[in-house]
Amino acid sequence: MCATCGCSGTVGGESHARSHDHDHPHDHEHGHSHPHDDSTAARTVQLEKEILGKNQLLAERNRGWLEGRQIFAVNLMSSPGSGKTTLLERTLRDLGKEVVVSVIEGDQETRLDAERIRGAGARVVQINTGTGCHLDAQMLGRALHELSPAMGSLLFVENVGNLVCPALFDLGEGARVVIASTTEGEDKPLKYPHMFRSAELILLNKVDLLPHLTFDVARFVAHVRLVNPTARVLEVSATRGDGLPEWYRWLAARGAGARPAVRAADEVSGTSRV
Amino acid sequence: MHELSISQGIVDSVCEAVPDGQVLAVKVEIGKLSGVVPDAVRFCFDACTRGTRLEGARLDVVDVAGRGRCGSCQRELEMEELVTRCPCGNPFLEILRGRELRIRTVEVA
Repeated sequence: MCATCGCSGTVGGESHARSHDHDHPHDHEHGHSHPHDDSTAARTVQLEKEILGKNQLLAERNRGWLEGRQIFAVNLMSSPGSGKTTLLERTLRDLGKEVVVSVIEGDQETRLDAERIRGAGARVVQINTGTGCHLDAQMLGRALHELSPAMGSLLFVENVGNLVCPALFDLGEGARVVIASTTEGEDKPLKYPHMFRSAELILLNKVDLLPHLTFDVARFVAHVRLVNPTARVLEVSATRGDGLPEWYRWLAARGAGARPAVRAADEVSGTSRV
Repeated sequence: MHELSISQGIVDSVCEAVPDGQVLAVKVEIGKLSGVVPDAVRFCFDACTRGTRLEGARLDVVDVAGRGRCGSCQRELEMEELVTRCPCGNPFLEILRGRELRIRTVEVA
């Protein structure tokens, strides 16, 4: 709609501003006396820019960089205490002999998780976000250059423990995985729908504790379905090993496109059984 | 609080797109289903603009209502929340509108 008069679009195929130049008498009073100096007048600039446009651009750059090196990058997101680092340690120990795995660790403070991951035998770069509550594409880009993961390798990005903010920031990852645990509420998917909606795979961790809890797995899955009808849900225990072969099969299958060198699912899963 | 990043994103984009002049006002669109809280953006905006050409600028937020389409019955309906059930029973709607996070205009002196 035209901002000058409220009419719609162009008039007579002409540019709209011109058609309004002299189509009404100028009979109103100019009651003010200051000079009309256009250079000092406020002007309105049409921007029409995405607020997250810069992050999106950098994320696409990361994605291209990763694809060019056939690296499958998994963005792991969860609330604090879901067992993300424990799951990662276990995964590194089980898969480390089969595939080259490296890790980018995001935390607000400390290098504790990076040390745990290094202890499990993987190359790792720690990003401390300070007051930041999520990783963004620029941080990942810098970390990728520092880590320089091998061609055809598997890369885990452990995002800051937070179910809100990371959902909004594309990093350029190949897949998003959300980890929830049985010690949290079954209603987490409903409380944090943005996060669960954006996930391709949801790992329900700590299923070994189910006998001691009132957590209802079916109810949790039903809540996931309300926000995300297509995500896969796997029940796992990072400590006891339940469901891990399935997780490894998913990694192998999903990463196969990016990494033809990944071993067949059955070979990989054979290493993970307890 | 990701709204801090959102505010910083607004300031960076405006500074880049409008190379000179004092910025008096910025108009942004925030969709109801975007996961971003307009009040929190306003709160962060003042802090992010300090010391920039946007200092003292007004932030006008245009709320964009959520709208979705049901994959089962094809009905279109307003979405107050991300989790909205269609009257036909389908709990999951395709989002047509409401995820906007966009800078529309900038008023420059």
